[in-house]
Amino acid sequence: MNNKQSWIDQRFPLTKVWNEHLAEYYTPRNFNFWYFFGSLAILVLVIQLITGIFLTMHFKPDSTQAFASVEYIMRDVEWGWLMRYLHSTGSSAFFVVIYLHMYRGLLYGSYKAPRELIWILGMVLYIVLMAEAFMGYVLPWGQMSFWGAQVIISLFGSVPVIGPDLLVWILGDYAVGDPVLTRFFSLHVVALPLILVVLVFLHLVALHAVGSNNPDGIEIKNNKDKDGIPKDGIPFHPYYSVKDIMGVVAFLMIFCAVVFFAPAMNGYFLENANFIEANPLKTPDHIAPLWYLTPFYSVLRAIPPMFGSQFPGVVGMGAALVILVALPWLDRSPVKSIRYRSPPFKWALGIFVISFIMLGWLGMQPVTPVNAFLARVFTVLYFAFFVLMPWYTSIGKTKKVPERTTE
Amino acid sequence: MKTLTKLQLSLAAAALSFNVLASPGLQLEEANTDITDTASLQNGAKLFMNYCSGCHAISFMRYNRIGTDLGLSNTDIEKNLMFAGDKVGENITTAVPEKDAMNWFGGTPPDLSLVSRSKGTDWIYSFLKGFYADESRVFGVNNHMLVNTSMPDVLWSLREGRSKEAFDNDVRDITNFLDYVGEPAKLVRIDLGKKVLFFLAILFVLSYLLKREYWKDVKYGIWRKRD
Repeated sequence: MNNKQSWIDQRFPLTKVWNEHLAEYYTPRNFNFWYFFGSLAILVLVIQLITGIFLTMHFKPDSTQAFASVEYIMRDVEWGWLMRYLHSTGSSAFFVVIYLHMYRGLLYGSYKAPRELIWILGMVLYIVLMAEAFMGYVLPWGQMSFWGAQVIISLFGSVPVIGPDLLVWILGDYAVGDPVLTRFFSLHVVALPLILVVLVFLHLVALHAVGSNNPDGIEIKNNKDKDGIPKDGIPFHPYYSVKDIMGVVAFLMIFCAVVFFAPAMNGYFLENANFIEANPLKTPDHIAPLWYLTPFYSVLRAIPPMFGSQFPGVVGMGAALVILVALPWLDRSPVKSIRYRSPPFKWALGIFVISFIMLGWLGMQPVTPVNAFLARVFTVLYFAFFVLMPWYTSIGKTKKVPERTTE
Repeated sequence: MKTLTKLQLSLAAAALSFNVLASPGLQLEEANTDITDTASLQNGAKLFMNYCSGCHAISFMRYNRIGTDLGLSNTDIEKNLMFAGDKVGENITTAVPEKDAMNWFGGTPPDLSLVSRSKGTDWIYSFLKGFYADESRVFGVNNHMLVNTSMPDVLWSLREGRSKEAFDNDVRDITNFLDYVGEPAKLVRIDLGKKVLFFLAILFVLSYLLKREYWKDVKYGIWRKRD
C-alpha cells in the first residue's frame, strides 16, 4: 500500500491534497446547524448531475416531442419517474439549501474580510444557478415552461436601442419556439453545469485558502499551538466528514419524503399548469415562476414602467441580485457574528428576511392594487438593507468578541 | 432577535400554506379517492372506457399498462376495455376524427392523460357532478365548474333512477382512475417511499452513533494525542 502510495505521490500530489484539504485541514470546532448547508449543496449538485445524465438519455429537445418525452420518461422508462422527481425536487432543494447557506453567511458575517472572494464566487454561483434552473424549467415544454420563457426572455427586448435585435438574437426566431428549446437544452445540459462545477471548485479553493468562519466570527488561525495548529481547530476529516454524513442522511430523509410522497409539493415544485402542453395560442390565467425566483420577479413587477418602457423594472431586478456582491464593502461593523453585533444590524437583518419572504410570496400572487403596493414597500426595504448598511453597521454598541470559540 | 426569528418563521409558514394555484370562487367537492383501492380503479377504468373514451383520449397510457397495474389479463383488457385500439400495447386514443369533433362540439375533446395533474382530482369529481339543466345550451346542460362547457352530460344514465351514493361512488371511481392515469408511478412510489424512509431512518441512527463516537475525541480534547 505504502509503495503504491509513494508511486502515485511521485507523480501526483495525492497525499498532499488529502492532507491539505481533509486530514490536516483545520476547521473551527464550534460549527452549528447552519454549517451543514455547504456540503449539502454539493450533494444536491451531484444528485442533479447524475439524474440529469439519465434524463438527457430519454428527453427529446424538440418542441413537438419534448412534452411527450417527459411523460414517456414518467411512464415507459424504467425508474424514469424516480429520476425525474429526484431532478425536479432537486432543483427546489438546491435553492432551499443555497438560501439557508447564504443566510448563514449573513448571520455570521462570513462574507467579511478575508472572505470577500468566497462570497463573490458564491453570488456568481447563485446567479448561474438561477439561469440553470430557469432554463431547466423550460425544457418540459408545458404551459408554464413556455409562458415563463416568454415573460423572462421578453425582458431583454426592453433594453434601450439594442433591445429588439437582442431579443431576436436570443430567441433565434420572432417568438418562443423550437430554437429556444434547443439552445436552452444545450446551455442547461452542457454549458451551465460546467460553469457551476468550475465555480464550486474555485469557491472551495478560496475557502480552504483562508479557512472557514464560525458562529463566533473569530479567526481560529490567530490562536495556534506550538505545532502551528489552531487551538480551536479540528481536522475536517474525520470529524466534520462524519458529522456531514449525518447531515446528509437527515437531509435525504426530508428530500425523499418530498420525492416519494409529494413530488409536486402542491404546485410549488411542479406547477399544475405545467402538466398542459405548451400552447402559444392560449395564455394561462396566471403566470408565476417557481418559488425560488419569485422574490426577484416581485421586484420586477414592483417597479412601474417609465417613459413607456419596462426597462427600469429589469434594471431593478438585476440590481437586486448584483447588490449582493457589494455586501463585504457595505458592512462597516467591526464584528462578524450576529452574536456580537449591535441591535440595529439585528433589526435590519430581520426586516430584510421578512421582506425577502414577502417578495417571494407576492411574486406568486396575481397583481392587485394592494399586492402591488406591498411589493413596492418590500422592494424599498430590500434595497434599504444594502444601501443603509454602511450607516446602521457603524452605529450601536457591539458586544466584546471572545478570544476563543465559546463552545 | 428571538421574536424576529419567530416572526420570520411564521411568515414563511403562512406564505407556504397558501395554495398558489387555488382559483378563487370555485367550491370544490372533495373527491376522497384512494389509489390503492384496485376494485375502484377497475370500475373506474370500465366506466371511463365506456362513457368517456369515445371522445376523450388518454394517449400517454397504454392498454396493457392498465392491465399490469390493475391486475387484469390481456384477454380481460381486449374484451372489456378495448373499443378503439387493435393491440394491447397501443396507446389509448379516441375513435372520433378531429373533423367530426369540430362539428359536434366546436373543438377536440381534450386528452385526459394528465387532467388529474393539471386540474386535480377534486376538480374532476366536482366537474362530473356539476351538470345542471340549461335550455340555452346546445346539449341542454351547463356545468358549475366549467361554465358553458361544450361537453354533454354523458353520465346521466348512471344518475337516473339510482341512489346519490351509487352515482357518487361511480364518479369517484372514474376520478380515481384518472388520478392513476395521470401518474401510474403513484402506485409504486408511495410504497417504495416508505421503505426508503425506513432505511434512511436506520442509517441516520447509525450515522449519529458514528458521529458521536468520533466527537468524543473533540469533547475530551484528545484528538491531538492520537499519533
